[in-house]
Amino acid sequence: MSKVDPLFETCLRLGDTALVLGQRLAEWSSKAPTVELDIALSNHALDMIGQAQLFLEYAGRVEGKGRDEDALAYHRQDFEFRNAMIAELPKGDFACTMVRQLLFATYASMFYERMTASTDADLAAIAGKAEKEMAYHARHAGEWVVRLGDGTEESHQRAQDAVNLLWPYAHELFQTDVVDQAMIETGVLPDAAAFKGEWLGEIEAVLKRATLSLPEDDWMPSGGRSGQHTEHLAYLLAEMQVLPRAYPDAKW
Amino acid sequence: MTNDAKGKGGWPLFEVFIRSKQGLSHVHAGSLHAADAKMAIENARDVYTRRNEGTSIWVVPSDAISASAPEDKGTLFDPADSKIYRHPTFYTVPDDVECL
Repeated sequence: MSKVDPLFETCLRLGDTALVLGQRLAEWSSKAPTVELDIALSNHALDMIGQAQLFLEYAGRVEGKGRDEDALAYHRQDFEFRNAMIAELPKGDFACTMVRQLLFATYASMFYERMTASTDADLAAIAGKAEKEMAYHARHAGEWVVRLGDGTEESHQRAQDAVNLLWPYAHELFQTDVVDQAMIETGVLPDAAAFKGEWLGEIEAVLKRATLSLPEDDWMPSGGRSGQHTEHLAYLLAEMQVLPRAYPDAKW
Repeated sequence: MTNDAKGKGGWPLFEVFIRSKQGLSHVHAGSLHAADAKMAIENARDVYTRRNEGTSIWVVPSDAISASAPEDKGTLFDPADSKIYRHPTFYTVPDDVECL
């Protein structure tokens, strides 16, 4: 890629993060601890995939090469995906899924809340829909993190392990590069760094109720948003993309 | 809590009532298992309002509901039969009155 269109890149980052996290949540379908949670997690997966559809449809229009949301979702390879790495990590146990959902959805609800004031009308409109969905995911996950952390010895340990595993990956959500800077300067995107303190406050409040603690800040991997991923993404995409790749004209 | 009101995970059963829009009553939608009332409301939101059915949710522990006995059906309800004068069918209702 010789010259990157920052708006196209931004739409991919937002859309891919939603898509990949939606795919991870969908892995719980028929496997959740209770039937009520099965429905809840499937609903949440569909919320994410719905957001992804909107972002990627817009990405296709911005790019102007005739690719629609399906082309972008199903016919790109892992190094072309621009999702944050926290979205692609394996779903793990239920505690891991809930802790990730807490970390991500709390961030995303704050991000989209600010993005409703975007100078880009399409992104502002998508944010208006996504904001409420993410606020609910954060609330739902927060309740579960408290129950697990302040639950049995085993649930506490699993929740703490999940926090320790996922915490380093949360920082990527707040990092900005030249693409983000260009978008922030033109008022298209909010500056995530500006609300990191508020986000941290909310996370710490939930973890305190859950009797969980944050690990020391140490290793902070990043790169997913510029196409450098963990080994987990390719497997996720292989499963997600197999049908449209094997049967390109399939309709469903 | 009676045993049959508890699910596989030992969670009690709740009855869910949904109000579909302002001005209407909460209507029984079904039941679900949850550890407590707060979780029951979240579960109800995800199970019973996902197709835009609700503006308000009530949850009630199932064992807090007292029900009439099926064998009392005759005693309780049959006396209301053939008392057509209790139905306001002898009034003429103007065509444009909808909510009656």
